Amino acid sequence: MLELKNIFFTVNDAGTDVEILRDVNLKIDAQKFIVITGPNGSGKSTLAKIIAGIEKPSSGKIIFNGEDITDKSITERARLGIGFAFQQPVRFKGLEVFDLLRLASGKNLTITDACEYLSEVGLCAKDYINREVNASLSGGELKRIEIAMILARKSKLTIFDEPEAGIDIWSFQNLIRIFEKMRREIRNSSIIIISHQERLISIADEIVVLVNGRIQHQGSGKEILPKLIGTKSISSVCDKLK
Amino acid sequence: MFEMDDIQKRILREVADLHKVPSGAYNFRVNSQLAGRNNSANIEITSKEDGSGIDIRIKSGTVNESVHIPVVLSVSGLTEVVYNDFYVGENCDVVIVAGCGIDNCGVQNSQHDGIHRFFVGKNSKVKYVEKHYGSGTGTGKRILNPTTEVNLDEGSVMEMEMVQIKGVDSTNRKTLATLKADAKLFVRERLMTHGVQQALSGYHVSLDGENSKADVVSRSVAKENSYQKLDLCIIGNAACHGHTECDSIIMDGGKILAVPSLEANHVDAMLVHEAAIGKIAGEQLIKLMTLGLTEKEAEEKIISGFLK
Ligand SMILES: Nc1ncnc2c1ncn2[C@@H]1O[C@H](COP(=O)(O)OP(=O)(O)OP(=O)(O)O)[C@@H](O)[C@H]1O
Ligand SMILES: [Mg+2]
Repeated sequence: MLELKNIFFTVNDAGTDVEILRDVNLKIDAQKFIVITGPNGSGKSTLAKIIAGIEKPSSGKIIFNGEDITDKSITERARLGIGFAFQQPVRFKGLEVFDLLRLASGKNLTITDACEYLSEVGLCAKDYINREVNASLSGGELKRIEIAMILARKSKLTIFDEPEAGIDIWSFQNLIRIFEKMRREIRNSSIIIISHQERLISIADEIVVLVNGRIQHQGSGKEILPKLIGTKSISSVCDKLK
Repeated sequence: MFEMDDIQKRILREVADLHKVPSGAYNFRVNSQLAGRNNSANIEITSKEDGSGIDIRIKSGTVNESVHIPVVLSVSGLTEVVYNDFYVGENCDVVIVAGCGIDNCGVQNSQHDGIHRFFVGKNSKVKYVEKHYGSGTGTGKRILNPTTEVNLDEGSVMEMEMVQIKGVDSTNRKTLATLKADAKLFVRERLMTHGVQQALSGYHVSLDGENSKADVVSRSVAKENSYQKLDLCIIGNAACHGHTECDSIIMDGGKILAVPSLEANHVDAMLVHEAAIGKIAGEQLIKLMTLGLTEKEAEEKIISGFLK
């Protein structure tokens, strides 16, 4: 479904070149649930942006369903079936939740359908459907709306950047249910989740560990998890107490 | 009633959302002529003796009634100054819809300067909606210079919605308000300019009475090579609350000058101003593009939401 070949990403920071991604190679098949993890600043969000077309790699190729999309725009990639839930969702003065859900769905979404998506992310539809997506929404509410938009979008490949951040424990269970439902309902779809959560890591088909812009480990949960415990890549509940 | 042609009907739809003759009181002015008028039991419209405009008198206790006073200019080269005075009695609750549309296909300028004065009686509530619109392919300019003067008596409330989104080449809007005790003024202004249009919008709100309150919010978009000057001034002369906000999106070669000012002449006057000018946030465009919109489509969605 998706193949990254020798991806490098370098930025120029005050005169010096900084390598953020170094020779990333990754192949993701259809119907997979992949978790990308790694320490803060290791390049996970940058990698997601490169897949979605928000950043262009300095070198390397991106192949999506057999097609070279390296030079395709964000819009073209979205239309080909790549969806991206941001780590930090964007606020819009004046646009309402319903407007965004409708844009995400790409069709004349009905209020009933829109409400369905909101309920799935645990938001009471009637309280939110006409809320402006502005600074008055809390971080957790915004994050849930971002996920509802992805549900409405129904992409073949969806990337979630730290979907659990800011979401409470109760909805964390719900979140896992949502991912499973997406996999069932969108045929041949794959999901990439960027996460530090042990629970998510343990249910993934495959784990990719990014450290310092490089893929350090890649494999099944069983293989990788023991290597991660006790490192900065992963957070379980008792981290702070240890 | 006077027959209107298609252009005139279209303008009427734009400025007053009117698809047919409204119920209630109305006064239609088309190309400087009276084109239709209706009074209701509680609302009386009369022409001023010198012909310079109309007086609208609303009896005390009038509730759930509306007045429409749209103006249409569809002949090139017309210039007019019109004085409309609204006398709203006590304990009323009414909606007043004004609006002016100019269609200019000719080479001469068309200009409408409307001076509206409101005298709102004690404890009355008025909702005022004003839309300005220009169309036509001529080189003659479409010019609108509205002056609105609002006098709010004790306990009265005025809500003003003023919109100018398209086609007006030059505008100089002035809104002056004085508020007595417990009176409240809420203003929502929406402005968009494009081409080489110029828009000046000035507010001068005097909070004279104890516990009076004003909230003036202006949102604007300046595209292409247009120019806007937004001048929002609130004066607190008593224990009062005043808030102004002017929030602008600038695009292309647009220019915006925002001049907020607050003047407090009483120790319990609480006045706040917020102003922000900036281009559309890149992350907003990117978000909508990840939903499959082109950059242009994303821009249009963001602006139409912002000006809603
Ligand atoms: N445009 C840029 N200019 C300079 N530095 C950048 C740029 N984009 C990313 N970086 C840097 O690249 C590194 C990787 O950032 P990225 O956001 O991808 O990390 P991350 O793995 O998602 O971290 P987190 O877990 O905190 O979300 C960081 O050190 C960041 O500061
Ligand atoms: Mg990140």
